This record gives sequence, C-alpha cells and structure tokens, in this order.
Amino acid sequence: MSRQLLAIYSCKTADISALPNLPTDDFRNIVTGMVNDGARIASLFGMPQNNDTVKLIVVLADDRQGVLHLASTEVKESYQSLTPDCPQAHWFEREIAEQFGVRPQGHPWLKPIRFHQSYTGNDAWKRSADAAIQPGITDFFRIEGSEIHEVAVGPVHAGIIEPGHFRFQCNGENVLHLEISLGYQHRGIEQQMAGTPNNRSIHYIETAAGDTTIGHTTAHCHILEALSSCSVPARAQVLRGIALELERLANHTGDLGALAGDIGYLPTSSFCGRIRGDFLNMTAMLCGNRFGRGFLRPGGTAFDLETRHIDDLRQRLTAAFKDVANAANCLWTTPSVLSRFDDTGVLSKQTSRDLGLVGTAARACGLERDCRYNFASGIFQFEQIPVATWNTGDVFARAYVRWLEIQHSVAFIQNQLHTMPSGQVRTDTGSIAPNKIAVAMAEGWRGEICHVAVTDVAGRFARYKIVDPSFHNWMGLAVAMRNQQISDFPLCNKSFNLSYCGHDL
Amino acid sequence: MLKALISRIKQGYRTYPFPAKQPVLPERFIGRPILHYDKCDKCRECENVCPVGAIFFEAGKIHIDTGKCLFCGDCAGICSKGAIEFSGDYRLAANKRQDLLVSDKEIKLAQSLDRQSRRIFGRSLKLRQVSAGGCNACEADTNVLTTLIFDLGRFGIQFVASPRHADGILVTGPVTQNMKLALKKTYAAIPSPKFVIAVGACAISGGIYAGHPETSDGINGIVPVDLYIPGCPPHPYTILDGLITFLGRRSADAIKSKYERQVC
Repeated sequence: MSRQLLAIYSCKTADISALPNLPTDDFRNIVTGMVNDGARIASLFGMPQNNDTVKLIVVLADDRQGVLHLASTEVKESYQSLTPDCPQAHWFEREIAEQFGVRPQGHPWLKPIRFHQSYTGNDAWKRSADAAIQPGITDFFRIEGSEIHEVAVGPVHAGIIEPGHFRFQCNGENVLHLEISLGYQHRGIEQQMAGTPNNRSIHYIETAAGDTTIGHTTAHCHILEALSSCSVPARAQVLRGIALELERLANHTGDLGALAGDIGYLPTSSFCGRIRGDFLNMTAMLCGNRFGRGFLRPGGTAFDLETRHIDDLRQRLTAAFKDVANAANCLWTTPSVLSRFDDTGVLSKQTSRDLGLVGTAARACGLERDCRYNFASGIFQFEQIPVATWNTGDVFARAYVRWLEIQHSVAFIQNQLHTMPSGQVRTDTGSIAPNKIAVAMAEGWRGEICHVAVTDVAGRFARYKIVDPSFHNWMGLAVAMRNQQISDFPLCNKSFNLSYCGHDL
Repeated sequence: MLKALISRIKQGYRTYPFPAKQPVLPERFIGRPILHYDKCDKCRECENVCPVGAIFFEAGKIHIDTGKCLFCGDCAGICSKGAIEFSGDYRLAANKRQDLLVSDKEIKLAQSLDRQSRRIFGRSLKLRQVSAGGCNACEADTNVLTTLIFDLGRFGIQFVASPRHADGILVTGPVTQNMKLALKKTYAAIPSPKFVIAVGACAISGGIYAGHPETSDGINGIVPVDLYIPGCPPHPYTILDGLITFLGRRSADAIKSKYERQVC
C-alpha cells in the first residue's frame, strides 16, 4: 500500500511532481489504513490550486522506520471525512474546512478552530463573506439534566496566561466533558509565510510559539537548508542542539514548579521559578535573548561560543542542575504531592495513540515518540538522547517524564561542551530550489514540531505549513479531564502546558 | 517537612537587590540603540533590512522607533560604518508614544505619576494582565517578575484574578481581532481611575504582526495608554524598571546607568 506514497526522510526534499495525486477514496483508504497499522498524521493540510480545487497533502510519520510518507488528493466543495475512522484527523479536517471552505462529509463535530474568514471565499458553514465572525460563538457539546451545570472560563484568565475558552459540563464537582475553543491568538502567520522567505519570515517562525523559539526555528532552518542543499557546519549543529536542550530545561523546570504551585506545594514552586530563569539566562548567554531569538539562522548559528563561555556555561549548568535535582526530589519524596499527582488526569496508551498525541504527553502514556530518536537530524544523528517514558498516563507520569528529560538534557549538554568540534558556525545557504516539497521534524520541549514547505517555480514558499505539538495535544487534555474533579483542571492543564499561540498561529 | 526545610537552606536567599544594585545582564544583550550621525552616510541599507519598518529617515537623519523594534540587531549588522550601535541599556519605558523614538534628541524615560496618584497607588498597584495575541514571550517575562529573584510583591505590585480588583491592565500582544472585544470589556470592568500599560512591540505597534488583517497594530486607539515598555520581548528588568519608575519608586534620573544620554 505504501508504494502509492512518496517516502522521504525528515529534513529532506522531493520534487513536487513526485508527490502522488490519488483519487480521494484511495487517499482516504490509504491514510486510515496506514494509521491503523501504526503510522501517525504528522500534518494534513490544504493548498489551493488554480482550478478552484484544493489539494490535500498528508504527511504520515512512520516512527519505527523513521520515514515520512506523503500523498495528496484534490477535492472541491466536499469529500468524505477521515475522522470517523481516524480520530487524529479530527482537528486537521476542521482546520481545512475553516481555511478553504471544503466540507468533510460525515465529520462528527465540524466547527471552526480559529474563527477567521475563509481564505478562498467558500465558507464551510455558508456564512456570508461580510458577516463578522465572533470567536467562541459556536455550538458546544451540552449535557442536559437538572443536576448538570455548565462552567465557562476565558478567554481572559485569572493569571498571566494566553487566551482560550474552556467549557465544562459538570455533575457536581465531576467534569463529564470539557470542550476547548481557541483562536484568540490567531494572527495570520501561515498566510504571511506564503511568498517568503524574506526579512520577516524568520521572525514569524521565532514567534510562532514564543516559548519554543529554538524548536520552531530549528525546523525552519532545516527546511531552508534542505531546499538549498546547504550543509551546516558541525560546530553549529552542536550549538543548535545545546540551545534546543536549554529550551527544554527551562520549560520543564518551569513546569515542575508550576505543577507544585497548583497543588500548593510552595518549596518546589518557588525554587523552580528561579531555576527556570537560570536556564533562560544560559540561552541569553548564547545570543543575548532569554528565548533564543536571533541565535539560529539558516546555514548555522548567528553566534559562536568562546572557550570562556563554554567554561562558564558548564559551571552554570552544574550549579543549576544541582538545584533543580534538589527541587524535583522534594516532589517525589513528599506523600501529599504524590497523592495529588497519582491517578489524576489519566490518559490510556490506546487513547493517546488514537488521538495522535506527541511529546511528553505521549511519552507519559508509554508511547516511544521522540523526533530526536525517530527522526533524528542535526547533532541528534550522532548523539542519541534516551527516550524517556512512563506508563501511568497521569499527572505524575507527565511530571516525571519531564524530570527524566531534564537529567538527559543536562548530560547531553555537558557532553557536547566537552567535545565541541572546531570550525565555523555558519555557511551561506544559496538559492532555494523551485517546485519542491520539504518536511522537517524537530522535537521541541512540548513535542513534535512539523514544518512542511512547498516551493513555487520562483523558489518561494507557495505554502508553509506549521504544526505545533499543541495542535495534536489539546484534544488529549480535553479527554484527560473526563470524570475528574473540576478543581483538578489547573493541575491537568499545567501537566500538558500546551501553547495557545502555537495552535492559533 | 524536614526535607523541605533543608532544601530551603540549600537553595538560599536569591532575591536580587534591585533597584539598589544594577542588574547583571548578558554580554550579548541588545538594549537601547545609539545612533552615530557622524558615521551615517545615508545608504539606507538599515531601513531595507529592518523586518518591521522601525527605522526611518527624517530630515536626512536616521531614527529608530523602539516601539516597533524587535531588537534583532540586523540593522547594526548590515551597517558597515557603525552608525547604529546597540547598548546594554535595559531602561526603555516611556509615557508617550513619541518618546520611544531614538534620534539625536535627549532620551525621555518614563516619568512617575503625579503626587496625588503616587499617594494612592505608589505602594499598592493591582494589575490585571490581558494577553491579546502575541507569542507568550512577553507574558512569560512578565510572569517571571512574581518569582523570588524579582519578587514583584515587595514593591506592592500584584497581578490579580479579576478586573474588579484591579487598578489597571497590563496588555501584551498586537490585539488580534478575536481579542479586541475581550480587551475592551476587561478595560471597562476596571473601576476608574485606571492605568493601561503596554508591554512589548506587539502591544505598542503590532510588532512583527503589524499590518495583518487579523490584528489591530497594538492597543493604540482601542484603550488609552499610560506607560509603554518596548522590547521583543522586553527583558524582565526592563518591565520591572518601567513599573517601579511609573510608581515613583525609582526616579528616572536617580540612577544614571553608564549608557544613559550617550547619544551622539
């Protein structure tokens, strides 16, 4: 079956003419069949064609082989939805319907996900073109009954948090169903990426999700380097790996602190809040910015590390690791913490697989999904980081996987700082090949980041598709909340810690 | 319990004595731009390379709008004459939009509230934060002020959970179309007198998202602004300095950082 698909490796390109254009029924059967056989949808998106049709392009990830399978089909106003046989297509099909007005027939819950006008003028819900679209004004799943009540939260939240709307159906304290409605952060990044690269495009990528600047920029640089056949110097690849792991360290440490804060365990909460800053300041040592803005550039990195920086970084890392180990171990040895973490927000391995979850949330259910291992690129082709998993699928698992990854990332960075290759940190990228498709996968701290670029005849992006790990995982949070107490929502939410802006783009 | 106490001793006291002591910023930190007019030959390459149009020429002289600037440093990188230099000065906040322009004129840093307002708010300012689009970096660097390194609470500033409890809002993000109404409603729900603080290039001018149909080019024209804190994102010390200067807890002139007034 997979012979009908185009197989490529991550961070590689293929001619757009080699992309199979299948009849829609075959496309559907192949995608659902391969997903049932263990592949995942890494990306599924539309691309408008000149003849009023929309080309659907799918990127299926085969984790075991480390290969990506691509296929396409052309659709007009509607096609038969994949979702009933393949739940992980759910969110992607809603996105396609909203962007291009193509209706997936038989989709069980076809609603907008970002609340904007269609890009083509065709509207999947037949709304008039001049009618204002209000975010969050849509149907919500409702449970009726005299003892049922509904709780609505957001878009503005009680803390310093991005906007999103949460609708809970509760029976007393118990949540029967949670529906998450996003789109408040939608600022049109993908639309602006068409026709680039230009002097703005890298900044769009750096701010796609501001806390994952290094993760997204890594994937973007890989796309540009693959399209221009540029070979990145070894020293730059090591520096990129260090920056990616520093980003993971800062965020995982912050998450452990925030989890502790949500259950009122203040020692780890306050320690980790500070240690997160120590890791961010290490990133600032690389490039001056705490989030790594301006560090990665196509062809390498914008800055090098001098010997004194390397020694300084090594010392700071040792000190920060000692502190974070101390702070994290307070969690694992305190019974009142464990009793709140254990069995809260459980997600089964099968549900996680069905929904196509990625990153720490998937690994906490025992799924071995890590792009640094399955789709290794850059330094990770030579230096393996162990895939950290746990099998309970609860808040504890999601916290503990983060702690395991903190240990692995520190060991990785220390090791790299000892064996830094010499040489340059940047080369010229050259011109971008026309009529190609390129896919890059990178393991950001939340999980799999997938960028797909299709170039036009002039070597510009005809379509640039970004899939943040949050796009896969928001549904996981909604399902994890079923039959939980509503008071556990902040804890469950923090254990996923998903991005609103990375989803909304 | 004992373990937690031992940890507390091991982790130590970490609050930085800001503002009595100047913060230690990274060597490569990009702060306030300094323009050397004598070196500029008006080739305008900086204008072309700037991703957000923060650089413009007026009366034949280069200007940088820090309200738009992403502090990426691309302009300084392309200028072979060294006319643009980025200093390590983190103090960037201003009260008026036009005070964010860097030229050969004197820098106008944020001024504190009048005496009456200082008496009311100087020791207690409760803020509601509204994230109105953007990328979560400004939010993260605002949130970090509540950690023990910065310990925002010691200045009497606190982020509160309801607009009804707030004296003002701190807004981040370019104000997406989808957040416009929520921002207006939040502002309306705060009892008067109230303040609006715009944090980051997005909130001030739309930042990298300026001109998108999905955004509103920042909060100007939607709610009145009392304090602008530029950056992409601003360093936490830039935000903290802006807030406490605004409250009169730190005079704009009291501590002269070595970069201040170094305009050529």
